[in-house]
Amino acid sequence: MIHIENFSKKFGERTAVDNLSLKIAKGEIFGLLGPNGAGKTTTIRVLTMLTRPTAGKIVIDGCEASHQEQHIKSVIGVVPQHFNLDSDLTPWENLELHGRLHHMMPQVRNQRIEELLKFVELEDRAHEMVQKFSGGMKRRLMIARALLHQPKVLFLDEPTVGLDPQVRRRLWDLIRHLKNEGLTVLLTTHYIEEAENLCQRVAIMEKGKLIAIDTPRALCQRLGSYAVEWADEEGTKTKFFADRNEASAFAATLVTTTTLRQTNLEDAFVELTGRKVAG
Amino acid sequence: MLYDIWTVFWRDWLVLKRRIGRFILSRMVSPILYLVAFGWGLGRSIQVNQGSYLDFIVPGIIALNSMNISFNSVGSPLNMSRVYHKTLEEYLIAPISSISFVIGKVASGALRGLLSSLIIILLAFAFGAHALITIWFAIALVLNCLVFASMGLVAAMVMNTHEDMANFNTYVLLPMSFLCATFFIPDHLPTLLRWLIEFLPLTHASHALRAIVSGGETPVLSLLIMAAYIAAFCGIGVWLMEKVRE
Repeated sequence: MIHIENFSKKFGERTAVDNLSLKIAKGEIFGLLGPNGAGKTTTIRVLTMLTRPTAGKIVIDGCEASHQEQHIKSVIGVVPQHFNLDSDLTPWENLELHGRLHHMMPQVRNQRIEELLKFVELEDRAHEMVQKFSGGMKRRLMIARALLHQPKVLFLDEPTVGLDPQVRRRLWDLIRHLKNEGLTVLLTTHYIEEAENLCQRVAIMEKGKLIAIDTPRALCQRLGSYAVEWADEEGTKTKFFADRNEASAFAATLVTTTTLRQTNLEDAFVELTGRKVAG
Repeated sequence: MLYDIWTVFWRDWLVLKRRIGRFILSRMVSPILYLVAFGWGLGRSIQVNQGSYLDFIVPGIIALNSMNISFNSVGSPLNMSRVYHKTLEEYLIAPISSISFVIGKVASGALRGLLSSLIIILLAFAFGAHALITIWFAIALVLNCLVFASMGLVAAMVMNTHEDMANFNTYVLLPMSFLCATFFIPDHLPTLLRWLIEFLPLTHASHALRAIVSGGETPVLSLLIMAAYIAAFCGIGVWLMEKVRE
């Protein structure tokens, strides 16, 4: 569904994304991970036609970005990182504007708006001003907006940043539900457990480069399925083992408090990028 | 494309409709002040071209007010939407052309300029001004609104902070509102300055409106110059909309 070949983006001298190649299948939830400034948002901006690539080829839904920009725009839905709802309008009007911009017929448009407001549970607040909405409500409305024109691909840039845990879980359910309906989803996230929970495959980026791409499970197994964690004077240390018995044998040799647990995506991330991110 | 222009315009119209009362009231303040200060106060003892000063400045006030309103109704909201709220992205990711966006925005800005001009015309009559409103007057006024709405769009796309936007107002619009034949005919100014003023679009708007109101010849050249400004600003606007993606 999404096909990226040797894509690079430079801003002046600075290279934001360096020679990225990637294929995402139809109906897949794909996660893009990486520390701040790794080039995730730039990648999303280029894939959503907000920025043009310096080099490389981008194909979405069989159309090449450089030739058929308008077609791509009509089959993608985008939820950006920042709240970019029109605060001078009500939720209904925000959705109507979006529907008009995507050339939906009035009857279909109104029906979709009703459906989606129900879907994100905002139907009883459809005619209040968006300005008064909380972060979670705004995010839900933005997802409804992105889905209104029935896109084939959904881009979510940090969809749950700054949200309450309850709201985050609801959003996760929502995203899974969409996948079951055949939508392809590409999301960037800072939250490792979010990627682990949602994504079939993840790519880890660092300094504009793709450094790993696999299923979350496989990335963990690369290190070993079990992790022993302990603290000494230098800080927290982690060692990985393929076998549980080996891990517990090692843990027994340590005199400090130790934790024996399954390896998670955060371990893989930290090992690969060498830095801890907010969790 | 027409549908997309309508969509862009529709959004602004929706917002204007919600605030129409406040819009009209606030638009009455500065013209009333101008009319009182320059028409009644200062102007009582001044005669210009055998007419009253009030009759002389009404076209000038209309020109400068329609300039300010048209410019600012496109300029500041679009600048805010591009730099702070990022709502411009909603249009950038939609399958519509840059031209549709530019035309829709400029048209909605011009509409606000026209509404506020209508308010001034009514007020001016209430203050006892005499003016001949013809179809050419309407054409000149529409052109002036379009010139500055499109200039507002260009400024909003170029300036990167709210402060720069305010500075643009101070350095470009404010001098024009005083110098461009609005309150006086700039015949006695130094040649170089006069030449510069002749070049500015608002001068042509004041000239044209005044000539038409006093029943003079139709100022075709001024109208053409304004049309050229509109074409140029809209062209630059479309180019900037494309460039924003680089």
